[in-house]
Amino acid sequence: MTGYRLIRAMVHYWRVQNAIYVRGLTKRYGEVQAVAGLDLDIEQGEVFAILGPNGAGKSTTVEILEGYRSRDSGEVSVLGVDPARPTREWRSRVGIVLQTANDAAELTVRETVRHFATYYPRPRDPDEVIEQVGLTGSAGKRVRQLSGGQRRRVDVALGVIGNPELLFLDEPTTGFDPEARRQFWELIAGLARDGTTIVLTTHYLDEAEALANRVAVVAGGRVVAEGTPATLGGRGTAKARVTWSEGEIETDDPTRTVIELSRRYDGEVPGLTVTRPTLEDIYLRLIEPS
Amino acid sequence: MTDIATPAGRPARMPSTLATGLARGVLETKMFFREKDAVVFTFSFPIIMLVLFGSIFSDSLEGTGITVSQLYTAGLLGAGVMGAGFQNLGIGIAGDRDDGTLKRLAGTPMPPAAYFIGKVLNVLVIAFLESVALLAIGVVMYDLDLPDEPSRWLTFAWVFVLGVSAAALLGVAVSSLPRSAKSAAAVVTMPFVVLQFISGVFIPFTQMPGWLIDIASVFPLKWMCQGFRSVFLGDAGAALELTGSYELGRVALVLAAWLVGGLILCATTFRWKGRRDG
Repeated sequence: MTGYRLIRAMVHYWRVQNAIYVRGLTKRYGEVQAVAGLDLDIEQGEVFAILGPNGAGKSTTVEILEGYRSRDSGEVSVLGVDPARPTREWRSRVGIVLQTANDAAELTVRETVRHFATYYPRPRDPDEVIEQVGLTGSAGKRVRQLSGGQRRRVDVALGVIGNPELLFLDEPTTGFDPEARRQFWELIAGLARDGTTIVLTTHYLDEAEALANRVAVVAGGRVVAEGTPATLGGRGTAKARVTWSEGEIETDDPTRTVIELSRRYDGEVPGLTVTRPTLEDIYLRLIEPS
Repeated sequence: MTDIATPAGRPARMPSTLATGLARGVLETKMFFREKDAVVFTFSFPIIMLVLFGSIFSDSLEGTGITVSQLYTAGLLGAGVMGAGFQNLGIGIAGDRDDGTLKRLAGTPMPPAAYFIGKVLNVLVIAFLESVALLAIGVVMYDLDLPDEPSRWLTFAWVFVLGVSAAALLGVAVSSLPRSAKSAAAVVTMPFVVLQFISGVFIPFTQMPGWLIDIASVFPLKWMCQGFRSVFLGDAGAALELTGSYELGRVALVLAAWLVGGLILCATTFRWKGRRDG
């Protein structure tokens, strides 16, 4: 009896300590089982990426975590609170950057950020936040005049103005050019360094690799693999592929292979490459319908 | 950076609903006047109609000393006030739902009531400016006499406040009907224009079939216009009413009933999410 209580207390502690705790989450839309028994643990201070194809259930899951959507069953705790019953206090601790928004078009960047700051009990300094997202030069511009990338920075500014402990980013760089994406990554990495827990959904594997400490691949409404970007799905222990102009080989000891090849060719090996599976290779294998 | 929020610590005080609502009212009004299309759309219709109809039909009404133009001024005051609430909010909130405003706000600690307080303040400002413009046209172009008894202005005040509030709530309710912001203008404007034609804004009730008057009597616009006529046309004009009286008690009753009904309708039908969001 006491042991049972102790376990329950430990589970409770684990749940409270974790930024996000999900067990057996399900959600059905009519005939479609969007989420089918999903488990997730995200620790405080982590940058966690949720990957998965369209319709895999990742947006539904994130919207349930954000308190936007109800669930059918399962246990969910976000910052120690059930998001199905969001309170203003809880909302003030969670920042959300939505997929698309075209609101506040007639306000300037500064007006918008300042106004949203008034919703929160402990807001950050609006000018500082505008500076951090790199919009100081455009602070007096109407939001409608901004480029897509700048617009997204406003979204991020509004997501972090309340000084959140946890920030959700839903496909934040869709439609960005490569340079804008790099700059955006810097911004997110900076927030992570400040200790904000970040939950990111994305289609881009390089984005997950650049930003996340841990990734989960969601397919068919479940987490099918979870780990660091370097070790996901056995990536860290996968065989390396050595190719050269006259052949190729998969091996656990690529270095020895290269040395042997070098001896055989007496120096330079023509067309030599050594590769391990990319995150994309692993990902595509994981989401393949079995 | 300001202090880091501690989950275990004492929660800081949340900003008050009223203060946030006032801030939203200022913001909404700012946004409204920067959106030139919406400003023109909201203000121009009653003003153009008044200038047009008031100039075409300017005869005196027999035995009353009241001109048709003056009748239109009072009627379009009702239409203008209703438009500021019903049309403006019906289209505006459908837009807020479509462009992500509502979803974003729902994700913040802003209390939902603050959003509606902001909208109502915005509507009050618009309705007030619209009324001033229409009355100015009435006075300058159609020799409308502004009443000098305080009791008439008191009547104006309660008809205005009840009317704006009922219209605003109906606007909130109707905003849930359009599938998108694009269709909102059509979905909201069409019934409103029809309502204006059957509510005695343009066509006197004496020239309308009884069943149409019965339909119009269900809706608030007829009663708002009747209340405004009592303020600006005076006792002489009462003879022009169907019952020979302005029935102010009934005006108050019907508008109050719409206020309560509108509140219930809003509370039960309001959607924070667009249809695409499920």
